[in-house]
Amino acid sequence: MFIPTGPLRFYSEAWLSIFRMYRSFRVLLQVLWAQLLCGWVLGSELTFELPDNAKQCFYEDVIVGTKCTLEFQVVTGGHYDVDCRLEDPDGTTLYKEMKKQYDSFTFTAAKNGTFKFCFSNEFSTFTHKTVYFDFQVGDDPPLFPNENRVTALTQCESACVSIHEALKSVIDYQTHFRLREAQGRSRAEDLNTRVAFWSIGEAIILLVVSISQVVLLRSFFSDRKTTTTRVGS
Amino acid sequence: LSDMMLTPAAGVILVLTWIHPSYALYFHIGETEKKCFIEEIPDETMVIGKYRTQLWDKQTSSFLPSTPGLGMHVEIKDPDTKVILSRQYGSDGRFTFTSHTPGEHQICLHSNSTKMALFAGGKLRVHLDIQVGEHTNNYPEIAAKDKLTELQLRVRQLLDQVEQIQKEQNYQRYREERFRMTSESTNQRVLWWSIAQTLILIITGIWQMKHLKSFFEAKKLV
Repeated sequence: MFIPTGPLRFYSEAWLSIFRMYRSFRVLLQVLWAQLLCGWVLGSELTFELPDNAKQCFYEDVIVGTKCTLEFQVVTGGHYDVDCRLEDPDGTTLYKEMKKQYDSFTFTAAKNGTFKFCFSNEFSTFTHKTVYFDFQVGDDPPLFPNENRVTALTQCESACVSIHEALKSVIDYQTHFRLREAQGRSRAEDLNTRVAFWSIGEAIILLVVSISQVVLLRSFFSDRKTTTTRVGS
Repeated sequence: LSDMMLTPAAGVILVLTWIHPSYALYFHIGETEKKCFIEEIPDETMVIGKYRTQLWDKQTSSFLPSTPGLGMHVEIKDPDTKVILSRQYGSDGRFTFTSHTPGEHQICLHSNSTKMALFAGGKLRVHLDIQVGEHTNNYPEIAAKDKLTELQLRVRQLLDQVEQIQKEQNYQRYREERFRMTSESTNQRVLWWSIAQTLILIITGIWQMKHLKSFFEAKKLV
């Protein structure tokens, strides 16, 4: 059985003491629910739609010294470009790029506070863009609440850790591949519908133009008796 | 087990239940604005979304920690634009769904405030967290429930990750098939419509000449 240390030890001992003291299921449930709510989430990945002439900002509270990575990619829309801007709690711009299709920016938080990053489609007049971003803050949450373990990892465990890291990068590559494939696929589907509409449109135009040519020519010759031997070439 | 334990224990409960945890990311949403997020996922994948809302208070010029009476309407559509979840939640909510068809699912949120007066010119801050697939697993809970050792838990995590990779690969095969079908359909359409248009061109040309020739012969111009 693992021995927790540090603040986690206080937490678990308090939890046990609460349960022992009150022996109340309701209190236990309340504490467990609170524990569930304290999600161990340290990274956000979202895909959202950015309408034309719009700007969307996201905010995140970061502790000083944490290594963060912001990665974004435009999935569909126009020339697949978007403006991106990242600001620290004092308003200093850490990263600013215009009309970028894909980028990844890593930084270490120099201050405590709310970091803000914005995506802007204000340069575009009629294309909606779909943007994917992934903002990772710090490392993964620990698998166990016993992070201050005394012994080193066994060979099996360190092998597991390296496989876990490798699989994480596989999943990451899969996501990027899926996004690029989505781009190609949406272009192909657009092309398909456009080909259909244009073909039907052209056939109709062709028929209309040829019939109206004949009608027009007939109208030239119908009222006058003067002979014009020149037939339209 | 005396009064000495009572204070820190009560303190812990107080901390846990009254200080709201902050989910990772937040953004601002207008009064009737609807914000949609897209999740492209393989089938049989679980998605858990948690959100928390805070209302801007003009008097204190800050966001209130919690706002009872404020609700958010969550609507989730599957890739065939069929609504799979459409529910009203409170100011803090948690929604879950499992996808049955692979593709782009759309998660839309909009506020459905009952106190429209408070909202005049107000902003709403929404904390949102959406976890997909194996990120929805809570490993300490699984370890406690199934009584796994550390190594077993790590292997379980690796198994979950590999399963997610497999699902994504299957989904990729399905997407590639759709892409190929679209390309072949475009190819067919270009081919047939080109032939059709050439035929229309030739036929109308012939018809024009014939019609005009008979017209001019009738007019005794030829």
